[in-house]
Amino acid sequence: MSETKKTFSIKGIHCASCVVLLEDSLNKVDGVLKATVNLATEKATVVYDSNKVTDQNLAGAVSNVGYKALIGGAEKNESDEKSEKQKELRDLKIKVVVSLFLGGLILWGSFPGLMETAPTILQSFLVQLILSTPVQFWAGWGFYRATVLTLKHRTANMDTLVAIGTTVAYGYSAFIALFPNIVATIGIEPAPYFDVAAIIIGLILLGRYFEAKAKAGTSEAIKKLIGLQARTARVVRNEKEVDILISEVVIGDIIRVRPGEKIPVDGVIVEGESSIDESMVTGESIPVDKSNGANVIGATINKTGTFTFKATKIGQETMLAQIIKLVQEAQGSKAPIQRLADLVSSYFVPAVLMLAIATFVVWYIFGAPPALTFALLNTIAVLIIACPCAMGLATPTAIMVGTGKGAEQGILIRDAESLETAHKITTIIFDKTGTLTRGQPEVTDIISVNSMSKDELLILAGSIEKGSEHSLAESIVKKAEEEKLALSKVEGFQAIAGHGVEGIIDGKKIMFGNRRLMEKENIAVGATNNEIEKMETNGKTVMMLAIDGKLSGLIAVADVIKESAEDGLAALQKLGIEVVMITGDNQRTANAIGNSLGIKRILAEVLPDQKEAEVRKIQAEGKIVAMVGDGINDAPALAAADVGIAMGSGTDVAIEAADITLINKDLRSVAAAIVLSQKTMRTIKQNLFWAFGYNIILIPVAMGVLYPFFGILLNPIFASGAMATSSISVVLNSLLLKQKKIDFKINKLIN
Amino acid sequence: MVDKIIVTIIGAAAIMFTYWFFLMKKDKEVLVSDSVDIVVEGGYSPNVVSISKGKTTKLNFIRKDQNTCLEEVVLPDFKVRKYLPLNQKVTIEITPQKNGEFKYSCGMNMFHGKIIVR
Repeated sequence: MSETKKTFSIKGIHCASCVVLLEDSLNKVDGVLKATVNLATEKATVVYDSNKVTDQNLAGAVSNVGYKALIGGAEKNESDEKSEKQKELRDLKIKVVVSLFLGGLILWGSFPGLMETAPTILQSFLVQLILSTPVQFWAGWGFYRATVLTLKHRTANMDTLVAIGTTVAYGYSAFIALFPNIVATIGIEPAPYFDVAAIIIGLILLGRYFEAKAKAGTSEAIKKLIGLQARTARVVRNEKEVDILISEVVIGDIIRVRPGEKIPVDGVIVEGESSIDESMVTGESIPVDKSNGANVIGATINKTGTFTFKATKIGQETMLAQIIKLVQEAQGSKAPIQRLADLVSSYFVPAVLMLAIATFVVWYIFGAPPALTFALLNTIAVLIIACPCAMGLATPTAIMVGTGKGAEQGILIRDAESLETAHKITTIIFDKTGTLTRGQPEVTDIISVNSMSKDELLILAGSIEKGSEHSLAESIVKKAEEEKLALSKVEGFQAIAGHGVEGIIDGKKIMFGNRRLMEKENIAVGATNNEIEKMETNGKTVMMLAIDGKLSGLIAVADVIKESAEDGLAALQKLGIEVVMITGDNQRTANAIGNSLGIKRILAEVLPDQKEAEVRKIQAEGKIVAMVGDGINDAPALAAADVGIAMGSGTDVAIEAADITLINKDLRSVAAAIVLSQKTMRTIKQNLFWAFGYNIILIPVAMGVLYPFFGILLNPIFASGAMATSSISVVLNSLLLKQKKIDFKINKLIN
Repeated sequence: MVDKIIVTIIGAAAIMFTYWFFLMKKDKEVLVSDSVDIVVEGGYSPNVVSISKGKTTKLNFIRKDQNTCLEEVVLPDFKVRKYLPLNQKVTIEITPQKNGEFKYSCGMNMFHGKIIVR
């Protein structure tokens, strides 16, 4: 038997009875000798036989009674991660302060022009050696450690360059400090460079400190999203309301939400109504009114009313969890623009090492006297100035900030490649039904052609359409219900395919349908014809009602254009993007809707399965095409487009075929997504330009190429300063993206 | 003069050695069936793993290196970017759908590994 003792945290302990429950459960595990649970520290200490008991057994015993054990790496929570990071930063800060302080003292005692003011003790080489040794081997220990470990893998990174550079400076100086006479006899002035080694280490660590702080900001969006999650839910069980942990909610639970509370999981309202602030998830700033039957989203906030809802999605299935997953995936993906940086960075450090050796040789052979000193200092400068990190950070930090920023606005980007392609879009094709329009036809006009009232017409139309399965019928019945009209009984109902319906109400023969029905029945349309054509030109579908063979009235139905369509399309046109509308509607109706939105290119009478071909036709014109659709019926067209943009529906955010999903359903977000892409790409290009430019220009300067012409050399201390600022500047530039307004409100968008 | 010749010869040899040491190394490929522990310490060991197409494989990353450069691992082709807490196992499950070589790296793209799918 191998007795082991383990202490681990348990999530969810809040009372003394929890302790008893947990201890019982843990003690029942075969092989556990003793288990104690501490309420105050929320920790369990278990003594067990490690041959019989695994971490999984212990975690299982804890979860069996409804709690969560935090054992091992996978369970490490975010706060532990945070405190680990904070400790790292604290240690780094101490090292920075000590190295710069000691480095400063050495500099004071050794820098020509400054050293004369320093106390004599600081001018002593041996004192400088003593001061710089802790900087070199305590503060700079990390560089050595990393170098040894990487060399084992036959790779090298920035630490290798810093370790070699500072060791050369320190070693050369130490030799001079210890054996000044030997150096003097070979004709070299005994001048050590302890200041170079110490200050380089101090400045590079300072750069790392700021870089780590700034980098934490790039993943803020994800942390914010995770923080949105509710912790508890008030569930109605056995007719009693109990507060339980969100992890214990099961599908089908009835959950009560009071004003001001967070909705814990996704579900459907079963009782009550309220206004709900969904801005944190969808980016939609105006609260949405919801009542019985409406979907609610977990992590959104209930503003005014109290309601109960049935949980339909929990855990990883909730909309918030899906959003988090999608954003995490996007942040883990790679943009094609990064390829060159990838290629360069795989050869970069070995190349710099070779250049540094070449620099030493060339300066030693051809350099001005004292050649050895110049050769050494320039070699160190080359090793120190090179900054591969800036190249590595240029693209991913911008992608992280960009995708996070999008998520805050309800724009979910699948991967870095989609974000990159979006800025090249030249043409956007919008599906009409359900995308530009609400997708739910509504009654727009009721016109009586005789003495009948509008209500009477609607009662007859609604009654006869009640039995119809036609999509337009639903809107008429709905309208009648909205007007609270009592529908009549219909006898002899009959649907005439492609024409309309007929039936008998109160002994009168009612016919309701299109122009073809009237023609078939020889019912004169007469003077109302102009009215009908006018409505059709406005994109409405007109149906005619005849009683006993005489036309009595007209009912027009139209799909209503979304409120955000006009602004959304105007924003795209301002961005110089061609807008195309695609629809299965007849040309006249399509033209009517297209014209009202200022769309010049309209593709009408396109069957659903032809949409993909239309996308490809436009691509063949050399255009970069985005297709905007609902993501369900348009999946092949979305997949065929260079960028497929889906308008999210309900609580389903992970639309497979889409590159970008707009969960706020706001058409202005299409332009916002493109602006976001443009701004992110601009940031990436600036970063890459800076990172490449920095290395391409400063490495040759450090090698001394300007010396023969202008007498310019790069002091290794300045090299370390430049190197420390280069990677921070890249990260800070990416963070600037956060400040940029990428709002989908048109007035802000154009700026 | 002699010193200059010696420096030139040593310099040329050092450049050649650097080239050979870093750029001509051959990675050893490790065949993985279900799961593999990848130790993150000055790089990834093993850094080349070969896995089967269509099969879910667990890559268990254990970071033993304090170097913050290695604190994140990125598998761009599988859209994964994970923080690796020190001395803790972080499991990444992947189910590759196509054959090929897929590179992974640290967050700053300084250290590299490869997943070969067959």
